[in-house]
Formats: sequence, C-alpha cells, structure tokens
Amino acid sequence: MAKNLPPTYDKIAKHEVFPEMTHDDRARYNFLANLNKHLAHVSQGNTLAFENRVKPQFVKENGREFKNKEELGEAMARDPHYQTWSALRRSTMEMRQQAGRSLTYRQAEKLTQKVNQLNEGKDSLILNDDVKVPPYLMAVDNHLMPGSYHTELYDGDVANAANYDGGLFVTTAGLLGKYSDGGGKAIAQWLKKNHPEFSPKRILDIGCGIGHNTLPLAKMYPDAEVVAIDTGRPMLRYGHARAMALGYKNVKFVQAEASQLPFESESFDWIQSTMFLHETGGKSIYNIMNEIQRCLKPGGITMHIEQPQYTDDMTMYEKWIRDWDAYNNSEPYWSKMHDIDPKTLMAECGFDPNQYMQIGAQAINDLDDGTQKTDEPEDHGRSPIWNVFGAWKK
Amino acid sequence: MIDYIGIAGNKPKGARPYFFDDPAVERVMNITMAIAMELAVSRERIDTLERLLEEKGVLTRAEIDAYVPKDKQAETERQQAHSEYISRVLRIIQQEMEQLKNPDKTLQEIADDIDKM
Repeated sequence: MAKNLPPTYDKIAKHEVFPEMTHDDRARYNFLANLNKHLAHVSQGNTLAFENRVKPQFVKENGREFKNKEELGEAMARDPHYQTWSALRRSTMEMRQQAGRSLTYRQAEKLTQKVNQLNEGKDSLILNDDVKVPPYLMAVDNHLMPGSYHTELYDGDVANAANYDGGLFVTTAGLLGKYSDGGGKAIAQWLKKNHPEFSPKRILDIGCGIGHNTLPLAKMYPDAEVVAIDTGRPMLRYGHARAMALGYKNVKFVQAEASQLPFESESFDWIQSTMFLHETGGKSIYNIMNEIQRCLKPGGITMHIEQPQYTDDMTMYEKWIRDWDAYNNSEPYWSKMHDIDPKTLMAECGFDPNQYMQIGAQAINDLDDGTQKTDEPEDHGRSPIWNVFGAWKK
Repeated sequence: MIDYIGIAGNKPKGARPYFFDDPAVERVMNITMAIAMELAVSRERIDTLERLLEEKGVLTRAEIDAYVPKDKQAETERQQAHSEYISRVLRIIQQEMEQLKNPDKTLQEIADDIDKM
C-alpha cells in the first residue's frame, strides 16, 4: 500500500519560545516522522502473522482458541515479525526522545530565559509549591520522556516541555496540525456547531500540559475565562509563555491537581480533558470525575477526549495490539482505563446516565494540503481518531 | 554547563522491554537504526547543498548525476574510499574469518601463559 508523505518539519508553527533547530535537527525529525509512518504499515504484518501463523499454530497445539489477551500476547511475543516491529517502534520512540532532548537541553538556559521574560509579572501564571505531583505520574515517564512533565534538572528548567512541543508533530507525522492542536480544535468546533446556543463563561482544561489543546477553546470562546491546570511546573511555565507569545489574553495557567481542584463548587460551564485520563490511575480517575462533577455548574458540560474504549465487538487481537503503547511506550494506565465503562464511571460520580454522550472525533488538521489522500491502515493508538465521552450536568 | 549529551540519552522510568530472544540483537539493531538516521540526515544535508548550489548557479544537479571521475587518480581515490568504508563497517566479519583461519587462544589463556613467562 502506498504511503502518504508526512509534511516536512519546517511546516510546524514556531513561536517565541519554540526551540531553535538546526538543519540536522529538522532532518532527524523528518526521518523519524517517516519512520513512524513506515512502521504503521509494517504493523499490518502483525495482523497477518497473527491470522496466518500464530493463531493456527496455537489452535493446532492446544485444540482451542486463545482464552485471553495474556495468552495471545505470549504467543505473539515469540513471532519474529512482531519482535522486529516492536523493537523498531520502541527504538523509534527512544530516538525521538533523544533527538528532542539533545536539542532542547543544548539551549536549555536560553529557553528558560525566554520563558521567564514572557512570564515575568503576569498574574495569569499561578504556581503553587504545595501542589504535589500525583503518585501515578511519579511512577512512570509517560511516552518514554525521561523526567516526564515535572522534573526540573535546574531551577526554571523547561527543556522537556519544549521537547514535548516540538515532538508531537513527529510522533503523529504532522496529523495534529501545525500547532499540534487538532484535538482541541475538533472539540471546540463540535461544541460550537452542535450547541450554538451554549456560551461558556468559564472553562477548565484539566491536565493541560503545554496548553496546545487549551488554546483552541480560548480562541473559539474569546469572551470566556479559560483556566488550564497541570501539576508539571515546566509544562505550565512553558505553556503560559507559549500562550503569551501567541497573543492569548484569556487563558490562566494554574498549578493544581485534578483530584483536589482549588476551585469553588459549580464554578465552571465547561470542564475538558484531552488525552489526559489515560495518564492517571485506577482510584484517581474516580476522584477526578467527582471533582469535575462538583466544580461544574448545572447546565454545564464535561467532555473527555480519549483513545477508543475496548468494546465487546472489538476482537481480542485488536484489544491486545492497542495495549502495545501502554506497556512499551510507558502509558500503563491506558490499558486498564480502556477496560472501564466511561458511562459507569460518570454515573458513579454523580452524572445522570441519561445525560451521557459518546461521540467520535477526528483531529482538525490545518496542514492538510489535499495530498494526504491515500487510505492508510489504522496505526493503533497513534491515529488522530478519538473517542469523546462526557455529559451535561442537570 | 548542562551535560546535554548525557541528559539527552537518559533512560525513562521502568525496566526496558526487549522483544528479540537475545538482547544483543536488540542492542545492535538500536545502534544500527541510530546510524541509519544519521545517514538520512547527511543525505538531506547533501540535498540541501545541491539545491543551494543549483539556486546560486554554481552547478546543476544534472551535472552531479552525470559526473564521472576525470582521471585515474580521482577514480582510485573514490574506489579506495568505498573499499575502506566497507571494511570499516564489516570489521567484525573480517576478524571472525581471521580467527577461523588462525584459531587463537583466549586472553585468559594468554594471561596464564604470560604468568609463566
């Protein structure tokens, strides 16, 4: 099958705090975006290996089909194609982190200076030393980014945040758009289109990271006050400076923990999270949803962009291959979360099941120049096709 | 000065999964892929150079494609470079063949020998 060519890295949108990159830094990212794209095609061989080799062999030896994902996984782990694809994909993720961190830490002090200059004296960045990084984030470096979202190797370190900003484009081969904000844009457009009468005055974005998916909400609702929270100080500092550099006036970045929201009850019209809940934990997700319920105004809406849920009509193989990133790209809650029913989760946290909704969403990609026409195989866990669930609060 | 070279290569939390039966294969593959990336980067840089030279009217890429060495010395230099490059990359195979031809003692055995010298 032919491949769509990813956009060249120079198409990414720059701003005042975006890391400076050399010719070879960009070339490395071009290589990695293409390699990611290539491996999405190589991953189709896993399905072939499973159907034509692994499953028939298992059935022949055991006289029955696989009982569960674990058994299936053990058999696949011995397949040479799966081994090669996995090793290459893991290697690609590690190379992405190394390439990004080498270029951001090379200019770390300069990045800190630029960020500090934009943040100085602004009351729209509120850091709070008392906010602790939750244990589920301390336990793992999500997406294999060493030091994760919170580590500061020196005072004012924002290098990982800058690495994150520049790296999304590479991992998704540019499919999230030039500001990597295709998720936020999709949800803002959906709400505007489907509920034109809804006019939120206060919006909360939980687990905002560098705020790349927060800004489209602020743009769609310029009269609203948007509050973006995270526990990672480097992400907040960089995200705030990035928003300043891009001219946003209605976004506040606040250091806060999602399961202990420092806000009054019924104080937000819209509470959003984008690709956040799968990076939390089994107990925390309930605490977070309870806090959302508490802080949401009656008549308000909450929505959560996530990877597809695992449903009964999904094959065991598909559930298992979708778990690859959970264990091998260090997002361990991803797999566990997709086993819980979001409707039940929300109902247990006080949302009316009759108000529950689930929609599909696809990234709004402003880099789409009409050349990405080939119908490509789905790259499980990487395609910008999501499940959105949420509810209106009565 | 931040040790950005060391920091860039840090390991993320959690024991690393290995997919091949022998971790040595995985190790070699990772090194090879990093080199593959650096080669791709070099090729992109050469492409940049060629396009810039063409834009500035210094030469055309058609001239580069049509180029053949003009004298024996240039031919020798280029072939010599290929030969040297290949030997460099495939060094371990050469050494394994030498070992096959002249089976050598291990360094432990040599150490024991030397101990008696």
